[in-house]
Amino acid sequence: MTTVEKKSEGRVPAPRPEGEDGGPLLEVRDLHVEFHTRDGVAKAVNGVSYSVGAGETLAVLGESGSGKSVTAQAIMGILDMPPGRIPRGEVLFRGRDMLKMSAEERRRIRGRKIAMIFQDALSSLNPVLSVGYQLGEMFRVHEGLSRKEARAKAIELMDRVRIPAAKERVGDYPHQFSGGMRQRIMIAMALALEPDLIIADEPTTALDVTVQAQVMDLLAELQREFNMGLILITHDLGVVADVADKIAVMYAGRIVETAPVRELYGSPAHPYTRGLLDSIPRLDRKGQELYAIKGLPPNLLKVPTGCPFNPRCPQAQDICRTDIPVLHDVAPGRGSACHFWKETIGD
Amino acid sequence: MRNLVKHFPLTQGVLFKRQIGAVKAVDGVSFDLYQGETLGIVGESGCGKSTVAKLLMTLETATAGEVFYKGEDITRLSGRALKAVRRNIQMVFQDPYTSLNPRMTVGDIIGEPFDIHPEVAPKGDRRRRVQELLDVVGLNPEYINRYPHQFSGGQRQRIGIARGLALNPEIIICDEPVSALDVSVQAQVVNLMEKLQDEFDLSYVFIAHDLSIVRHISDRVGVMYLGRFVEIGTDEQIYDHPTHPYTQALLSAVPVPDPEARDGRERIILAGDVPSPANPPSGCRFRTRCWKAQARCAEEVPLLAVPTRFAASASPAAHESACHFAEEKDVVHA
Repeated sequence: MTTVEKKSEGRVPAPRPEGEDGGPLLEVRDLHVEFHTRDGVAKAVNGVSYSVGAGETLAVLGESGSGKSVTAQAIMGILDMPPGRIPRGEVLFRGRDMLKMSAEERRRIRGRKIAMIFQDALSSLNPVLSVGYQLGEMFRVHEGLSRKEARAKAIELMDRVRIPAAKERVGDYPHQFSGGMRQRIMIAMALALEPDLIIADEPTTALDVTVQAQVMDLLAELQREFNMGLILITHDLGVVADVADKIAVMYAGRIVETAPVRELYGSPAHPYTRGLLDSIPRLDRKGQELYAIKGLPPNLLKVPTGCPFNPRCPQAQDICRTDIPVLHDVAPGRGSACHFWKETIGD
Repeated sequence: MRNLVKHFPLTQGVLFKRQIGAVKAVDGVSFDLYQGETLGIVGESGCGKSTVAKLLMTLETATAGEVFYKGEDITRLSGRALKAVRRNIQMVFQDPYTSLNPRMTVGDIIGEPFDIHPEVAPKGDRRRRVQELLDVVGLNPEYINRYPHQFSGGQRQRIGIARGLALNPEIIICDEPVSALDVSVQAQVVNLMEKLQDEFDLSYVFIAHDLSIVRHISDRVGVMYLGRFVEIGTDEQIYDHPTHPYTQALLSAVPVPDPEARDGRERIILAGDVPSPANPPSGCRFRTRCWKAQARCAEEVPLLAVPTRFAASASPAAHESACHFAEEKDVVHA
């Protein structure tokens, strides 16, 4: 029962057909999303670019309202439009822009090639249908299997995500499962068609820590097994440090810093990242007073001019209030959207 | 404030009667809380930590057991005496969105305790008092006529804290006060709570599932599992020298925000889920998920006491732990 676990370093992705140009599995380029509301236009995503390869884990870190979930919804094509709108940007899956595809084409990718896991398993599952039916539905709709075959597949999937007594429980309803078990069912559903990429939006936020550890472990193991790409959307700096290969930190709809996991924690190059890291209490030592980033995340209807972080930034200068910083190259694979990244990283 | 040290020994055996049986939400819990101290209570959902809070607030009637406040058993009080005690024990709730009435102004919300306890602030003085409280929690006193929806989550939690402070209580029970807040705002509220504690010599019972925050704010920490304390001690004893296997598993499961630690740290992954509190396992309640469990664990309930093997030693491992096979193990540091 006790598993002593050491994560393997630098998983080598097995050779596998990549995009037509041999590029990453999924690449988001200069994506913009806005919402038209009664009070004005809320720019939820402002030129976000990131990419994830097969077998790679990208963590998208941000607080509520940072645009991390909206980006994921735009990738999946499950954004409510209207009020949402995508004025600019590309979402390349294996080199093909999904935003230009027909609804029919996208549907074929969604679920089969890219699957999503949501935070709240209870509200994402249909309460009046049995778990087995909902899992089996994937196979009936996408692969045209019979009810009986689909049921057998559902049991197999439940076994794979280690739900005990899958055979007896396949007819149970979502409310009969615990939170952790329901999240396993969500993972099973996402895995059903063996996708190339999984987008997990706060998959363990609603779970207790011991269950969170079980679920994250399962996810990492299945990712290795199938060499899937994983986009993990979270606000939990602990979870990110545990599983991510690289990180994109979002603030007010922009990526403010992007870096491999060790570099980001070791020497953050953006004051917001630094502030976040300093503001979390540590389990392994008793700290003094916590560093608190002053102020509040901005209202997306009136984002400050210049750098959106400038009213909260301890280093802000005049240029920060007028000019929006671009994502500067800090090192290979590292970027920081701060005018003073050199000073920040050097501190 | 005559007694410098206050004692609240507390023993409860609670059974919520239901037709189909009894859910033993809290089953024999004892602890002390001293003045100016923060006692952290951690545990997973369903372990009974929020029920403990409600019992302390006398919002829930204990099936058995006592809650002593300055030597007086408040579970037996009623009427005026109970009202007087309640003034001194206040609560801050988890969800800043549902715990404030959306139709009341901030001034009415914070001032409402004065309607019940008019002796604290005479009518003419209330507005000034409320503005003072807003200032104390770091909000603009001019916001007194605004409604909760005009505030962010962190600001709402400050309003909840101001309401908790209104009656100058001695004890504030905080049930997951920061878990609904963003990381950057969480630190602001935690710092505020620490500042207020120093300023008003408050005692906190800080209930949370986030072990890192609990370590940060607490002087002593109790770990709950299925309605019972399994281990209790100072923050150093619990986090750096845990002796109960459940505490060890819980601590090892917390991800540490340090990628350098991810290869070195040992991780205890527990199998299965928490059993139902309606039908808890015999003997030690953790035995169904414990890797050390033996026949004795099913037969004999382990008592919450300093394990005999550590009793004579001065080591930090010598603190109360309810395990037959208590053993020190550092799981936090790589």
